[in-house]
Amino acid sequence: MQPILPGLTRDEILRYSRHLLIPEVGLEGQRKLKGSSALIIGTGGLGSPVALYLAAAGIGRIGLVDYDVVDSSNLQRQVIHGMSMVGKLKVESAKVKLLDLNPDIEVETYNEPYTSENALRIARDYDILLDGTDNFPTRYLTNDVAVFLGKPNVYASIYRFDGQVSVFYAKEGPCYRCLFPEPPPPGLVPSCAEGGVLGVLPGTIGTIQATEALKVLLGIGEPMIGRLLLYNALDMSFDFVKLKKNPNCRVCGPNADIKELIDYEEFCGVPSHDHDEGSAGAGWDISAPELATRLKQNHLKLLDVREPHELEISALPNAVNIPLGTLASRLSELDSAEEMVVFCKAGTRSTRALELLVSAGFKKVKNLKGGINAWAKEVDNDLPIY
Amino acid sequence: MATLKIPTPLRSYTNGQAEVAVRGANVAQAMEHLIEKYPTLKPHLYNGDGNLRPFVNLFVGENNIKDLQGLETPLDEGTRVILIPSIAGG
Repeated sequence: MQPILPGLTRDEILRYSRHLLIPEVGLEGQRKLKGSSALIIGTGGLGSPVALYLAAAGIGRIGLVDYDVVDSSNLQRQVIHGMSMVGKLKVESAKVKLLDLNPDIEVETYNEPYTSENALRIARDYDILLDGTDNFPTRYLTNDVAVFLGKPNVYASIYRFDGQVSVFYAKEGPCYRCLFPEPPPPGLVPSCAEGGVLGVLPGTIGTIQATEALKVLLGIGEPMIGRLLLYNALDMSFDFVKLKKNPNCRVCGPNADIKELIDYEEFCGVPSHDHDEGSAGAGWDISAPELATRLKQNHLKLLDVREPHELEISALPNAVNIPLGTLASRLSELDSAEEMVVFCKAGTRSTRALELLVSAGFKKVKNLKGGINAWAKEVDNDLPIY
Repeated sequence: MATLKIPTPLRSYTNGQAEVAVRGANVAQAMEHLIEKYPTLKPHLYNGDGNLRPFVNLFVGENNIKDLQGLETPLDEGTRVILIPSIAGG
């Protein structure tokens, strides 16, 4: 039985008149949108345009999941938030904006981490899921939830200049795990917090993601089920590839052995939030104030493993710069007998550099905990934090 | 020569090259040539056993090599191979 579609008010008919004029949408399509619901996981770079456009399009009920607060470093790309919301909850900031844009919709907020404990309960009442998270554990979780609940998962992800979009819908095509059965080993793929992202990129990719969600909800066009878009902003290239269901998929294949949600942080080996602060662990870390004291007492070699362009933002005097990516091939430039402190922006890359150095036989190495940002915070306030 | 498209996260290991011309009658040989040209790429694409990491997807034209003949998938002159990484940013 078809659900009874809600009617449109006089005001709504005016608001959505440009949709009503398109035969593929029309009055019935607009009523479908009003009767539909979408859960947006992540209210960041992708979640911003997705939520704005879905609200503007008149999706009747929008759920927002995020537990972060608005930070000024978000505003270069997370256009749903503004300066007046810095320090406030992202879901609340987004809700205010969405209801200002369209007071005729409902916005439900979930100010909590999206986890195996709450994900099925939260997602159950929505027609479609939109994956706009910033980390691998939550991406696998979102996929598995969508597969178990039989819902479409409109996927998008971004990094620097690259974007990917697909509609993973196990009932009709492949799921995320069919393409990526396993996550990359921890540390191998940098996050946006580490590697950066072009601010407009989530705008481009998020609007495509929102487009796909609308097509699926309206039942029009060719949703990207079984197709993956690969976008590169530098080349301005759009490549499409075909995705097939993986017969060995562990969640949607015929012999699937994952039947319930798992511990995704353990599966991916990383925490379920984007981060750039790394620690090498007790015995391997040195704090910024401790390093300042040590540098006054005796000679220590400082190894900066950031990219050369980052040195223009902040730098420590006398540090040698060997970017992490080239370190393995430049070990001969370093003396393993010398005491050395490795640092980067906030500690993630230097932790990896330390592991590489230790495995190559370096014994007198330490990691600057919190990186040059910690130095700027705790030792030298003249240095900027980025 | 086939052309291998390199995603941004890996371009720091290919001197910023977005596309690399590679020699080889099949994907395995093309990948070997890629690693020969840019040895620092190796740990990002291959695990310690010398096998391609499971999260690395290679497409010949529009198709995943897993749906073709895997690393034995033949390459014609001018074929475009796309390397698709896992990225998680949002």
